[in-house]
Amino acid sequence: MALSIPYLLSIITFLPLLGAVVVMLVPGDGAKKWLALATTLITFVVSLLLWTNWQEGQAGMQFVEDAVWFAPLGIRYALGVDGISLFLVLLTTFLMPIAVYFSILYVDKKIGPYMALMLLLETAMIGVFLALDLVLFFVFFEASLIPMYFLIGEWGGKNRVYAAVKFFLYTFAGSALMVVAILIVYYSTGTFDIMKLQSTVIPPAVQTWAFLAFALAFAVKTPLFPFHTWLPDAHVQAPTAGSIILAGVLLKMGTYGYLRLAMPVFPQAAEQFGPLLAILACVGILYGALVALMQKDIKSLVAYSSVAHLGYVMLGVIAMNAQGVSGSVLQMVNHGLSTGALFLMVGLLYERRHTRMLDDFGGLWASVPVYTGLFLVVAMSSAGLPGLNGFVGEFTIMLGTYEYMPIFAVLAAAGVILAAWYLLTAFRKMAQGPITNPANDSSNLKDLNIKELIMVVPLVLLFFVIGLFPNLFFDKINPSVEAMLETRTAVMQAATAEQMPALQLAEIVVTEAK
Amino acid sequence: MLDSVWLLFAFPALGALIILFAGRWMSQKVVGWVASAAVLGAFLVAAGLYLSLVGLPAEERSVTVTWWDWMTIGSFHVPAAVLIDPLSAVMALVVTGVGFLIHVYSIGYMDHEKRYQRYFFYLNFFILAMLVLVMSNNFVGMFVGWEGVGLASFLLIGFWFDKKDDLYGWYADCGKKAFIVNRVGDFGMILAMIMVWSTVGTLVFTELPEAVHALAPATATIICLLLLLGAAGKSAQIPLYVWLPDAMAGPTPVSALIHAATMVTAGVYMIIRTNMLWHMSVPASEVAAWIGMLTALLAATIAMVQTDLKKVLAYSTISQLGYMVAAAGMAAYGAALFHLVTHAFFKALLFLAAGSVMHATDGILDMNRLGGLKTKMPTTYRTFVVGAAALAGIPLLSGFFSKDAILVAALDHNILLYVVGAVTALLTAIYSFRAVFLTFHGEPKDKHIYDHAHESPSVMTIPLWILAFLSIVGGVINLPFVLTLDHWLEPVIGEHHEAALVIELLGITLSIVIAVFGFLMARALYLRHEKWAERLAQPFTALRSPAQHGWYVDDFYHAFVVKPIKAVGAWFAGFFDPKVIDGAVNGVGTVMLDAGEVVRKLQNGAIPTYALSIFLGVVAVLLYFLFVA
Repeated sequence: MALSIPYLLSIITFLPLLGAVVVMLVPGDGAKKWLALATTLITFVVSLLLWTNWQEGQAGMQFVEDAVWFAPLGIRYALGVDGISLFLVLLTTFLMPIAVYFSILYVDKKIGPYMALMLLLETAMIGVFLALDLVLFFVFFEASLIPMYFLIGEWGGKNRVYAAVKFFLYTFAGSALMVVAILIVYYSTGTFDIMKLQSTVIPPAVQTWAFLAFALAFAVKTPLFPFHTWLPDAHVQAPTAGSIILAGVLLKMGTYGYLRLAMPVFPQAAEQFGPLLAILACVGILYGALVALMQKDIKSLVAYSSVAHLGYVMLGVIAMNAQGVSGSVLQMVNHGLSTGALFLMVGLLYERRHTRMLDDFGGLWASVPVYTGLFLVVAMSSAGLPGLNGFVGEFTIMLGTYEYMPIFAVLAAAGVILAAWYLLTAFRKMAQGPITNPANDSSNLKDLNIKELIMVVPLVLLFFVIGLFPNLFFDKINPSVEAMLETRTAVMQAATAEQMPALQLAEIVVTEAK
Repeated sequence: MLDSVWLLFAFPALGALIILFAGRWMSQKVVGWVASAAVLGAFLVAAGLYLSLVGLPAEERSVTVTWWDWMTIGSFHVPAAVLIDPLSAVMALVVTGVGFLIHVYSIGYMDHEKRYQRYFFYLNFFILAMLVLVMSNNFVGMFVGWEGVGLASFLLIGFWFDKKDDLYGWYADCGKKAFIVNRVGDFGMILAMIMVWSTVGTLVFTELPEAVHALAPATATIICLLLLLGAAGKSAQIPLYVWLPDAMAGPTPVSALIHAATMVTAGVYMIIRTNMLWHMSVPASEVAAWIGMLTALLAATIAMVQTDLKKVLAYSTISQLGYMVAAAGMAAYGAALFHLVTHAFFKALLFLAAGSVMHATDGILDMNRLGGLKTKMPTTYRTFVVGAAALAGIPLLSGFFSKDAILVAALDHNILLYVVGAVTALLTAIYSFRAVFLTFHGEPKDKHIYDHAHESPSVMTIPLWILAFLSIVGGVINLPFVLTLDHWLEPVIGEHHEAALVIELLGITLSIVIAVFGFLMARALYLRHEKWAERLAQPFTALRSPAQHGWYVDDFYHAFVVKPIKAVGAWFAGFFDPKVIDGAVNGVGTVMLDAGEVVRKLQNGAIPTYALSIFLGVVAVLLYFLFVA
């Protein structure tokens, strides 16, 4: 019997917020920096208690906290974690110290507000993954927008204001739809309880509209083709730590939204629109990869690769079978780690050379071998090399997708070719070939130091751990996924049973009319 | 002994880790010997495994050692486990045995190389990945090794990533091409694995023979054709062979180890390993037989006219791999593996001997500039001749028996296939000796090169001698009518299909005639320049130029595959994405902003405040709705 810790989830969620307040209050940049790092590290350690105290094999929510927030409408402050959200929470708490430490090394401007915003962001992201109440979910979902908006707008690159506003307004437009959807759901079911909604039969007409609204909101966030154009702008302009978090965690809020809300709460609508979404996901995989292939800026290459990779996650979610969904959950983590690591590597290079243009590099393998070797491992993880993390997720997703509709698995598998192509093209231009620019030679370009390795190495080790021992994760993911799928099937059957008499009646009427 | 199979992997893994982390403080020699020792250790383990298997009764020679559960989701399950059986034992012996010799040779060959640490790290990593490939007891585990060796190949082809020459262009591009073309094959592998699991419910090789009976023939055909695509990638068959000639940009020992003896045979190994699937589909097997045989012929025609020695050997490798794939397609799995083993010996030998020439000529292998080296490099010459003779199928050498086994199978299977195979055999004999004569005989064509040529050190020549010995006697593992290898493999591939005695004898006779005639032809053409031979070759001169350019297949792919894809990508990236999709987004945005312009002026103009107020507004609206309701 695992030890239960009261308010553990609240502690994990609001520790960063507390840290943000303290960071704003303490004087001195140094103190602010290290306090912020300490906060994220403590949050990470505390979040590991979720892993150590996990009740193996249990499908339902664990560490649940439930308090009335606003009684008249039944809005509750309800937090809980299951196999689907566990690793997203851990991903967040794991990536944050890395992002913060990178910022400590390389960000100088207005460090107090910067760190406070980072910590605020962490609270919002964790909250999204833990919330069991729709309103609470929405509040956290929206709250995550603001810190990211400021991080891009204040600490970003040349075109930061445009990118920040675009990021904000685009996602925000999606959120506006979500408000409407939440209200529709509430009026038709009378509850904001996400888990309860999953087992509630919702009338088909309501399902369709609510699903579309949610789907659109999450499609922007994910981003699903063709709602992706804010992403490259945001990534290219965002500071490195912002990119790491944006790609690593924020995008998962979209796919998580699909998985937790849109797909299981509106099963019939989801089934109806599934093929359409799958087409968009496949287009995203191939289109994202082709556009990535042509990019000259490494950051925008990685951004487009995210569009492709999130397409895989979407496919698994749409497939709504055990292999697809479990694979997707793991792939969300994988993408967070791999793409987070890619942005980290790009950031490390940018801080040295102040350029991200592929053509400005060449021959790095001769001058900075440690950096380049690690970059290759990260790229291979992203390209889905078996033995590393990405493969496990992609392969199981394709298994699930094949069971769903074979053609999508074929298209997804074609994306694997392109992934190798664009990643190796980037590698070829950066690392191989001769050193043409003296700024790239070993006397001017320093290889990674210990401080930087501290950020990169844990990520790389995790690639191997997940790639070789994915069952450490699947063991916890699977029960929750299977339970969700069972509930979904039961709800679908109940719904058909309800609609059956009406259908039969209609048939009788029709035959009699003839 | 069988339980200590983990040692097989531990040795190269440890070697790789030592070199990676401690190599920078070691000298070139020490690093080389550490790497070699690691592979020697693995070879001894492999030998132990082999002997343990021999000690078991035939029906018990299939031992699975499970390490851990790798992936489990619902009914999908893949273990991390190895399968020790006659097939994997032979493969492990070849990989570690030939691998060890090439490691040792590399110590001499790479003695002036500054990046020796990387080189030997890659080499040990390759051995590890290759062992994972051949030892895994399931498809997905095999695929880990499959792509792992691909990565090693990429790293080693582009080992001189900052080098460029007329023959290869940028070496780094050759490595990239190899990886991407192989990924096309992997596309087939991934889909095949998915389909196998989805239709028969397991990916474990030992469970497949039972499970495949549920397979519909049409599904089996699709699966096998997808596997064939995978094999075509890794084993350089039509239509994906184009990466292998460029792969010769890598250091020559790498060409010997990866691009001749071991990695490129993975496709053949895979077909043999999955023979239960191929039994379910006659059409797919036929396609494999034809793809293999036509690849053999096509590559042989190109090898005839190459002037770079390594390119001759590269096309020859493609050609010989074609034989193996063809044999596998004809269900002559024993013959396929037989040729795989003997080819590993004599082709590794040929490459290493060519490397020895390169070592002496400062990297020059253009046969138009060589010649007369036999007195300067007697050991290299003698061993090269042994390799070439084995490749040519000169009677009693290993290559003779193994190629004959395939040709007999073809004669028994389909006379057309046999004719293609026989013509290829003739071309093989001619180009093998052409290479010998142009490189080692005649007058030196480049005085400077000739004067500076010297025999290689013994760390390089000893592996040559050992491989030469194996190339001569290697045939004994599966002599016709004795069939040791075929019987050994029975637990994996079932009983050997005996061809009628008359076909066996006819095949052998023709094989002898072809090889001898090929040799005489080459001697007449390239050594003595005799009239009759030149007259005989006359009609083919028109084919010379297109064959030299590889029948323009690369240009075709470039024009009709690579360029169109890039054009589409460029259009997406340059126009469609920014103008159409993002244009629409910004269009909507502009309209909105124009409409909001009046309101916006009421604000203080600071974007953050603006954004924040939107958020607060929405929250207010939300709360309002909630309260009113």
